[in-house]
Amino acid sequence: MYDKILPPKKISLPNGKVVFEKKSRVPFVVILVIAATIISVHATNFDMSVLVKRWNEFFFIIGDMIPPKWEYYAHIWQPLLETIKMSLLGSILGSIAAIPAAYFAASNMMKQKWIVFIAKLLLSILRTIPTLVVALIATFIFGLGTLAGTVAIFLFTIAYVGKLLYEQIEDADMGSFEAMESLGMTRLQAFRYSIFPQVLPNYLSTSLFCFEGNVRYSAILGYVGAGGIGLLIKESLGWRDYASVGMILLMLIITVFIIEKISEHFRKKLI
Amino acid sequence: MDVIEKQLNASPNNKKYFITVFVIILLLFLWSLSTIQLEDMGVNGWQIATSIMEGIISPDVELLFNVTSDGVLSLLVETISIAFLGTLIGSILAIPLAFLSAANIVPKPIASLTKLLLIAIRTIPALVYGLMLIRVTGAGAFAGVLTIALISIGMLSKLLADAIENLDTSVLESMTSIGCTTIEKIRFGILPQLFSIFLSIIIYRFDMNLREASVLGLVGAGGIGAPLIFAMNSYRWTEVGAILIGLMILILAVELFSNRIRTKLVRG
Repeated sequence: MYDKILPPKKISLPNGKVVFEKKSRVPFVVILVIAATIISVHATNFDMSVLVKRWNEFFFIIGDMIPPKWEYYAHIWQPLLETIKMSLLGSILGSIAAIPAAYFAASNMMKQKWIVFIAKLLLSILRTIPTLVVALIATFIFGLGTLAGTVAIFLFTIAYVGKLLYEQIEDADMGSFEAMESLGMTRLQAFRYSIFPQVLPNYLSTSLFCFEGNVRYSAILGYVGAGGIGLLIKESLGWRDYASVGMILLMLIITVFIIEKISEHFRKKLI
Repeated sequence: MDVIEKQLNASPNNKKYFITVFVIILLLFLWSLSTIQLEDMGVNGWQIATSIMEGIISPDVELLFNVTSDGVLSLLVETISIAFLGTLIGSILAIPLAFLSAANIVPKPIASLTKLLLIAIRTIPALVYGLMLIRVTGAGAFAGVLTIALISIGMLSKLLADAIENLDTSVLESMTSIGCTTIEKIRFGILPQLFSIFLSIIIYRFDMNLREASVLGLVGAGGIGAPLIFAMNSYRWTEVGAILIGLMILILAVELFSNRIRTKLVRG
């Protein structure tokens, strides 16, 4: 298409051969990006002058956060632990549930095309809905509290780990699987003894990585009433008690940092 | 004892390790189980779940295809705009930070300090930034753009720094040996290596930012989130269905598009 509008340049080599150099696509992409930027600036009322004039307001709040209110930590412990528990439970259950989900979504494991299609579609739909929206819906169904948050994290984990896992299953070496099937094992048994060991390290590493991200996500789930430290953030922000917000964020950052380091250590070992 | 049995016995036996890990995970699981209180569950939960399902199956078609400023389409355009502009600004800000946190470009203390800063930026939830930035710009999509820009920095810088640290330096050595100047080395040795990876990372982040932008409405920072939450809080499930379907189609389409471009970029 692009080559038809701007025909490729003809170059005759000294030995008489004719080669074509395709025209660069860069100008086209640049025009597209500039057009998109103009539309976006228009749609979002982006205004540089406001930004230049008032950017220090942002640091005003950060200034209020420092120094954080140290003695507030007594109130933070409980919700913070709750947040970690929520994401841990959701991640463990979600990663376990992701195994059958991925098995059904892998086109080399399931012979029935329609099951594969439906499983992939369900995983995609789960992945597209933002976690916060899932949490909000969950609060309507399961009531306010940690259960709603856990369900939201559980669903997100299934979608995320499930997708990466079925991709790995589809990429796995099928040789031993076929050999086992020819020995008379069922497909499930062959999956268990040939494919599963192949994808296990990657699966564990993905689950750990997902857990890391979930701790971050679950910190905000409380904002919609789904339990954890988010509720505290919302309250403190509502009261404009920025010193307490600073303390909450500081503890959150430290916790996430520690969890990230632990998980990184194990992930490096796995791969 | 035949060959197979010998081979089996020769394989490393780390059963103890597995059992320890399993027990630890089981203990963590039991510990975290204590956070669930089933008695919180609403009595009419099931009823709401079915009405949500009904709403999604029979969405408000009028709202879905409405082209005025209240319709789903224009809200989606606003959401994409927030994500796009935010990603653009975020990546411009992230590139210098990425070079500052790459251990093979700057001295180690500076690199680890920048990395610490990036972790802090990444951990603060998007909604908190949103609330802080609304003070700067007032409620609306503008605040959303700035929020997306800020939250993209953390992840973008980290991935970009990884790309910089994995730079293939043997190309540079060979360029030195044929007498290239520093500018030429940067232009022909470093930029081509980084450009496609950077672009692919930025497109990936755009994909994620779209999801983030769709919930920023919760704090009044523009996008499709606010109407979604209003509709939910007033139990207008057909509207919720219309918005959710629009959002799903948009996110899936963008994901498909970004995956295709990224595979093209990575393969060259």
